[in-house]
Amino acid sequence: MTGIIIAGVLIAGVGIFIGVFLGVAGEKFEVEVDPRETQILEVLPGNNCGGCGYPGCSGLAAAIVKGEAPVNQCPVGGAPVGAKIGEIMGVAAEEGERKVAFVKCIGTCDKAKNDYNYIGLKDCSMAKRVPGGGAKSCNYGCLGFGSCVKACPFDAIHVINGVAKVDKEACKACGKCIAACPNGLIEFVPYSATQIVQCSNKDMGKQVMQVCQAGCIACHLCEKNCPSEAITVENNIAHIDQSKCTRCGTCAEKCPKKVISVL
Amino acid sequence: MENILLITIGAALVNNVVLSQFLGLCPFLGVSKKVETAAGMGGAVIFVITLASFVCGIIEKFILIPAHLEYLNTIVFILIIAALVQFVEMFLHKSMPSLYNSLGVYLPLITTNCAVLGIALKNVQNGYGIITGTVNGLFTAVGFSIAIVIMAGIREQIEYNDFPEAFKGSASVLFTAGLMAIAFFGFSGII
Repeated sequence: MTGIIIAGVLIAGVGIFIGVFLGVAGEKFEVEVDPRETQILEVLPGNNCGGCGYPGCSGLAAAIVKGEAPVNQCPVGGAPVGAKIGEIMGVAAEEGERKVAFVKCIGTCDKAKNDYNYIGLKDCSMAKRVPGGGAKSCNYGCLGFGSCVKACPFDAIHVINGVAKVDKEACKACGKCIAACPNGLIEFVPYSATQIVQCSNKDMGKQVMQVCQAGCIACHLCEKNCPSEAITVENNIAHIDQSKCTRCGTCAEKCPKKVISVL
Repeated sequence: MENILLITIGAALVNNVVLSQFLGLCPFLGVSKKVETAAGMGGAVIFVITLASFVCGIIEKFILIPAHLEYLNTIVFILIIAALVQFVEMFLHKSMPSLYNSLGVYLPLITTNCAVLGIALKNVQNGYGIITGTVNGLFTAVGFSIAIVIMAGIREQIEYNDFPEAFKGSASVLFTAGLMAIAFFGFSGII
């Protein structure tokens, strides 16, 4: 009987000692954290995706409090989170439209030609290193092995029929896929953008025609017909300035290869 | 002295904590995707196991044995290790922020690493004193780091390999671990 009591007392004693010790240590070794930092951390999404360029959400919170980062630095939370953090910090968030990633290629299996049959490692950066920059005849297009799919923390990008496609609703614009794509095909576009050139081939029109049915041949028709002069053709590829685009859709209508999207 | 030398080699290589005693498998499988993080985890484990072996050795010698309560050592050691890790985390956060940042998230994870408790209990079972036990703890943890860093290196190499569907993910990792265990079995002749 005494054995049990001694054992109970000892364990209880150890427990109480540890409790008191940790309590005192917690007070003594408390690191002073700016209360705003904790508040900001609560507002941030907490994915720790690193899309802001800081190590995780706590890193960004610390940087915002120090004034090193703007309040709307978090690409995932976007404007609503920026506004909330702005309230905490007492500054107005600069308004910016929500952005989403976009893959500038629609050379699907049936439209783009292949030079040979690739059976190597199923990874875009690996495929890019083999002769000809992958099996696809077009050296600029989507390789379709889904390096971007693996990089996406939000399951917002999928390879459909050999070409990666971003799910606009799920995309949080963290930029991971942009870094992962060896062909640099992915870029941010405004959420509301409807006219985007879905090709990145910088070759002359004739060469493009030979490798892909859905390639920009740099015919300048969109550039000439755009009423708001938002389109420029550079390096044999059309580019739409989204800040000038009025979403009229003329370019998509005029494009002979139908590579300008009408979403 | 010779005894200590035998313990160091035995703990680090021959009786490798992961590959021959199957302790601490969850960080071994979970944090071994990249060499960098694996090394961070290894560093944190070395730090905590050495400290825990030392403190548990003291508790065993000066509290449990005099009170004839050796049979309580599992429970007491769990309490001590959990509290110790908490305390070390607070202490580092306050006084050595750079070390705290580099160990980062791994410290609290180690509270639940069974290797820490396992080594403290093994020290008692093998009748090691405080110093011998601490050395044993240190080199066991070194063995853990060796294993996890090698594992991470292999995983980086096989990341893009084209496994059959059924072997993808954890299955391939466990296969690798098994092959590594067989390789480490080769050390068993040296002591």
